[in-house]
Amino acid sequence: MTTLLSATGVSKAFGGLQALSMCNLEVEKGSITGLIGPNGSGKTTLFNVITGYVKPDAGTVTFDGQNITNARPDAVFSLGVGRTFQLTRIFSRISVLENMLIATQHDESWLRGLLRSKSSKVEVDNAMELLDFVGIARLADLQAGALSYGQRKLLELAYVLVADPDVILLDEPAGGVNLTLINGIAEKIRTLNAAGKTFLIVEHNMEFVMSLCDHVTVMHQGSNLVTGTPAEVRANPLVLDAYLGGGDEDEDDLREAVAGA
Amino acid sequence: MLAKKNLWWLAAAAAFALFPIVVTNPLYTTIGVFTVIYMACATSWNMFSGYSGYIALGSAVFYGSGAYTMALLSIHLHMAAGSSQFWLVPVGGLVAMAFAAPIGWVALRVRRHTFVVITIAVFFIFQLAAINFGFTGGTSGLNLPFITWGFQDFNKPFYYAGLVLVVFATLLSIAVRRSRFGLQLLAIRDDEDRALGLGVKVSAVKITGFTMSAFTVGMAGALYAMFVGQIYPQFVFDPMFDVSIALMTFLGGLGTLTGPLLGALILEASQQYLTVTFSNGSLYLILFGALFLIVIIFMPQGIVVYLRDRITKRVERERAAVAANEAASPDVALGGAR
Amino acid sequence: MNSVALLSAAKDGILTGAVYALMATGLTLIFGVMDIINLAQGILVILGAYLSYALQVHWGIDLFVGLLITIPLMFIVGIVIERAFIGRLKGPEKTAMSILVTYAVSLLIEGTLNMVFSVNDVQLHGWYVAKSFAIGSIHFGYIYVAGFILAAVLLSSLYYMLYRTRFGVSVRASLADQTSAALVGIDVRRVSTITFGIGVAITAAGGMVYGATNSFNASSSYDLISRLLTIIVLGGMGSLGGALLAGVGMVFVGDMVGVLWSPVWSSMSYFVVLVIVLLFRPQGLFGQQSARVA
Repeated sequence: MTTLLSATGVSKAFGGLQALSMCNLEVEKGSITGLIGPNGSGKTTLFNVITGYVKPDAGTVTFDGQNITNARPDAVFSLGVGRTFQLTRIFSRISVLENMLIATQHDESWLRGLLRSKSSKVEVDNAMELLDFVGIARLADLQAGALSYGQRKLLELAYVLVADPDVILLDEPAGGVNLTLINGIAEKIRTLNAAGKTFLIVEHNMEFVMSLCDHVTVMHQGSNLVTGTPAEVRANPLVLDAYLGGGDEDEDDLREAVAGA
Repeated sequence: MLAKKNLWWLAAAAAFALFPIVVTNPLYTTIGVFTVIYMACATSWNMFSGYSGYIALGSAVFYGSGAYTMALLSIHLHMAAGSSQFWLVPVGGLVAMAFAAPIGWVALRVRRHTFVVITIAVFFIFQLAAINFGFTGGTSGLNLPFITWGFQDFNKPFYYAGLVLVVFATLLSIAVRRSRFGLQLLAIRDDEDRALGLGVKVSAVKITGFTMSAFTVGMAGALYAMFVGQIYPQFVFDPMFDVSIALMTFLGGLGTLTGPLLGALILEASQQYLTVTFSNGSLYLILFGALFLIVIIFMPQGIVVYLRDRITKRVERERAAVAANEAASPDVALGGAR
Repeated sequence: MNSVALLSAAKDGILTGAVYALMATGLTLIFGVMDIINLAQGILVILGAYLSYALQVHWGIDLFVGLLITIPLMFIVGIVIERAFIGRLKGPEKTAMSILVTYAVSLLIEGTLNMVFSVNDVQLHGWYVAKSFAIGSIHFGYIYVAGFILAAVLLSSLYYMLYRTRFGVSVRASLADQTSAALVGIDVRRVSTITFGIGVAITAAGGMVYGATNSFNASSSYDLISRLLTIIVLGGMGSLGGALLAGVGMVFVGDMVGVLWSPVWSSMSYFVVLVIVLLFRPQGLFGQQSARVA
């Protein structure tokens, strides 16, 4: 099992707030890895550091052997790391299909873009296929802003896939959607994983994470607390403490545990 | 069989083409000249500001540059007044583009709000430069070679030249909207950082769009100079110009194709008419301001979008489609994965 | 180039700069709290000036005393404008729309002022306007010093309000982050409306001094608003300290350029300085770096 994506010793402070503190994370190739932790533990910040939206104060991020620590988001994206956002970010005033076409931009220079028409048949077909995969092909010509919340999540998933990334970071894919859709999303993740894609998923929905992921890392107060299979993590008392919070004495225990883990 | 939409375009084109032939009163054809000039400027402005969402309030810089180019070259090249000067119109456009590139490079590095202010600042730099530099004639402006085509038909060539600019700007806008480049501009408008993250070369795209939009405005300025024969810095570098074309585009519909055309048509024609009818300039300011407020409050997306949504019942259709898909999706989710 | 001329220019810069800083503070405060660019600020300054003028010419009220009337009056004007037009703006295009809406409002006010007061230039009068006292060989016009003191007093009051009162806390919270402020129970609507009123009221004071030191009419607002915008962008939009520093700084630089080179370039130096600073610091002196939103 090779490590495809890793973050080592990452720290980041925003003003007086230490969001990440010597955080480590490893994502095995071909796995579906979960990243969980109480609110404020630094999950999204870690995502931002990995994908280049935030520069870390310390630490390194490595993808497929390459150091991508301070790379810009578009560079990270073109290397094969895709991601979605907690609050879905789509281009609301263009059509669903056009949203998909934007993601194929990175392959060519802007000058050619000036002269090229907006899409080639190949790109449109590819886009429609992906839209069909997530189940919103019928909405292809609609303005993306008209989509419901769940459909936007599906769109975001679809256009992350357009560039055929090797690893996909999902930030709360199950957040705010109904049960049927959650199962649908989980199905699609499994299908893609079977086809060789690696996933790193941040989630609060425990059932979702535990049933889907083969590997889970728990974060707490900006650092990684426990790592293991879902069963191992579920059984670990430190995890429970982290989620329920504790008095000051507990905090010291946890810190020791983190240092020792 | 021609689609209904195309019939409208054809009818409009015919109306515009025949206008100065049918209406011969120079008072009205003058209004016509200014109207087409503004239609071209608004369309070109919309091509960048409308599609990318970066509201530029300094396009008078390009207008004025074009005007001064026409004036200075006509004078210093000792050109004969008349149709040979039309060759300078594209030159005015090119000069405007030459200014636009560095301005765009500086101005587009900042956030949208700051961008607006920088464009205003650059505008004032140009206006003050035109007033204070010697070669621009200072506050007394410049006089171009006097054109002697005769009173009755004087306006016609200018009107048609302006119409050519309108057609050019419109075709360019259509081409941009259909291209990948145009799609990138639209993406930048909705979520610039996301577009950047997806690999769009945001800086290059913005600067290109900005520079391209300067071309037609520069040409319009050059045409204006040739038309009025005398230019003064405070008229070619006029803050009202900037806000007017922005207003026209918003009125018609920012980011649409027909919006700027319609907005410019309505506003410029009525503005010209009002200034002629009411010599009291202040009343026109009040009316303008009031009209603007009404439009912004009740039709914030502009007339074209408002009407189009009404006619096509867009919102209802979208809701229906979305709901239908929701209802259908359980089946797709469980069995549709490939 | 004698030192007296230089010191004089420096003195002018600081005294006048304080008044500009006052007006710019209102503008930047409005932007910081509401994400609104109030292009009408220029014409509102002029409105304040005309109100002082009207009070003086029709009722013989002294300019400074008149402030007791014009400031509350302008506060109400601000509230009305906000409630009627600006409060409705929302959505991603809010700031762009605010530019157009406030510009439209300024046209309305400009047209009305032209009709009421005619387009002829006027200037405000008082015994202190033409007279000055001297320290060494440098002359201090009374009105300029009084204007400086007024600006200082008003700005201090503003800062006091912001840092020592509960309302001020709400304003600063909204200034920092509107969403979070709303989440902790701050009535952001109310804060916005009142802040707009305050921002406009401050201009009344600035307007009086402006009107006493310049002859003006309604179209003077264009030059004014362009300077104020330049100042707040230089200082960093939404930054109060920035408006203060940039306000005094810009006028200071303008006056120095005027005396070192020529008054002709004094106005242009404003914008040139802005462009140069923005080349290196796009967010302005104290502005926040535009964060990559993720």
